[in-house]
Amino acid sequence: MIEVHNISKSYGSVQALKELSFKVEEGQLYGLIGPDGAGKTTLFRILTTLLLADSGEATMDGLDVKKNYKKIRKMVGYMPERFSLYMDLTVEENLNFFATVFQTTVEENYHLIHDIYQMLEPFKKRKAGDLSGGMKQKLALSCALIHKPRILLLDEPTTGVDPVSRKEFWEMLKKLQQSGLTTLVSTPFLDEAELCDEVALVQNGQILKVDSPHNIAMAYPHRLWQVKSGANYKTLKILKEFDHKISAFAFGNVVHLATNSEVSEEMIEVHLKQNGVEHIQIKPIQAGIEDVFMDLMQ
Amino acid sequence: MKTFAAFVRKEFKHIFRDRKTLIILFGMPIVMVIMFGFAIRTEISNSRIAILDHAKDAHSQKLKGKIAASEYFNVVAELNSEEEIGEIFKRGDVKLVLVFPQEFGKDLVNTKHSPIQIITDASDPNTANILSSYLQATFQSYVNEELHLQAPNLNITTRMMFNPENKSVYMFVPGVMTIILMLVSALMTSITVAKEKEIGTMEILLVSPLKPFVIILGKIIPYLVLALIIACTILLLGLYVFDMPMNGSYYLLFGEIFLFVLCALVLGLLISTVANSQQTAMLISMMALMLPSILLSGFIFPISSMPIPLQVISNAIPAKWFIIVIKNIMLKGTGFEAIAFETGVLVFITCLLTLIAIKKFKIRLE
Repeated sequence: MIEVHNISKSYGSVQALKELSFKVEEGQLYGLIGPDGAGKTTLFRILTTLLLADSGEATMDGLDVKKNYKKIRKMVGYMPERFSLYMDLTVEENLNFFATVFQTTVEENYHLIHDIYQMLEPFKKRKAGDLSGGMKQKLALSCALIHKPRILLLDEPTTGVDPVSRKEFWEMLKKLQQSGLTTLVSTPFLDEAELCDEVALVQNGQILKVDSPHNIAMAYPHRLWQVKSGANYKTLKILKEFDHKISAFAFGNVVHLATNSEVSEEMIEVHLKQNGVEHIQIKPIQAGIEDVFMDLMQ
Repeated sequence: MKTFAAFVRKEFKHIFRDRKTLIILFGMPIVMVIMFGFAIRTEISNSRIAILDHAKDAHSQKLKGKIAASEYFNVVAELNSEEEIGEIFKRGDVKLVLVFPQEFGKDLVNTKHSPIQIITDASDPNTANILSSYLQATFQSYVNEELHLQAPNLNITTRMMFNPENKSVYMFVPGVMTIILMLVSALMTSITVAKEKEIGTMEILLVSPLKPFVIILGKIIPYLVLALIIACTILLLGLYVFDMPMNGSYYLLFGEIFLFVLCALVLGLLISTVANSQQTAMLISMMALMLPSILLSGFIFPISSMPIPLQVISNAIPAKWFIIVIKNIMLKGTGFEAIAFETGVLVFITCLLTLIAIKKFKIRLE
């Protein structure tokens, strides 16, 4: 459905995308995972025909993003990074306006946004500028869906939104996927990556890895330990000096320690105790996508 | 068509919901016209002057009486010596001192020629000039009446056609109208487009199937309406508060206003293709449009007394042509034939700008 082939793009001397390639199948929920400045927004703008790539090709449903930009613009639903709404128009007016702009009506495609819009209904007379982050996000999604797009492009839709709204939002995306919509979503949150069918890990304009979240996690090459103690920061510092460590990162109130396969629980415990850390809980764990990403970024 | 209507409706909502801007938009023209009309005047009345009379004879007394009786001057002091002149100017009490020589009356009768001295406070050169010429005129008429002769032998009478009382309002109303229309049209359109870019809605509008000319027209029409309403406000103020004459055809006047507003709107759109934020749009409009429109249009400074390079540049400024057109219609009551050239220049500039704006309007983000 979306095919990107060796796309490169520079802004002056900064190269935002370096020969990036990937493929999204029809009906997939595809995640672009990467930190700020990885080039995700640039890629979205190229796919929505708002920017031209310096080299490489990209097609959306077989249509070239450069030559067939008019056709693509009709079938794409796009939600830019900032919730692009008219803050001085009400919820209802925003939705009606975008429906009209895309030559349809709210009534015609109401079934598409029914679930989402229901939550907004009580506020429909309120100005978009007065909504909470989560509400703005829902409205922006409704606006992007109102013309029944075949491909939905969401650029960091959950940035600046509270955890509950984030969760709801991903449930909505899952539901939309069941209706056959192809979705490409970017996010800096690694926990969201696990909800996608397939993810591409992006950094510095390059793709580090493409696979399903499960396979990516399974392919983690090291032995991983979760170390818990009362003094997380101290533990992290001491584990970084551990001879057999490959990496050590703080994950909330625990430390994820990667080692080679010869290291045992006792060896870690001894090292910690020697350095005065007490109340230690150590257990081997299965790597998550976040661990893989940290590993790849090194 | 339905999309277009929705677009225009949306623009009007933006305008009407932004109360502060709306108040400024309608308040500014009114305040500016009233300010220019009342405060900034080149004609004089009741100006404070002082007199140093060395002669103290019948003629000087009579002339003093005539001056004191005129509505232009208010004699506030009689000085006794030359030294006092410097002092009174330094205190800022008067703008002008009139000095009669010792033998004023005698010389006047015998030689039919007697010099009087006019000393002015030229730290304010405009007022000084005007006061001095008014006083000279008063003196001239006194000599003519009293001695029944023409001294000097040449008598010049000036008649100011189309503005017999030399009222500055006649100049300011067209000028202010031009500036305000420029401001509302160019500044506001450039800002609304820049705003859409800033909040990111432009991205969605571009991705939508909306055609560029629908976006452009949708942005232009609401401000065209707004500018026409403001033009009416200024005209009404000029006509009824300041007694501006309206000697020409209203159809022609509004036709020309329409043309000028269109020109300014397109200029605004052109600016917005360059500016990516509201602030940039505002600065560019101010620097690139407002200042030249005020300074080089002949509104405040006469074009004919500018250096040649500036005179050449002034030809590219729509405001210059529009001011000529308005004054012709309102004061002289001329028909279209007399302003065909100026109208032609405005049409040419507008077409040229429209072409550039359409060429520069991007279907993508960069």
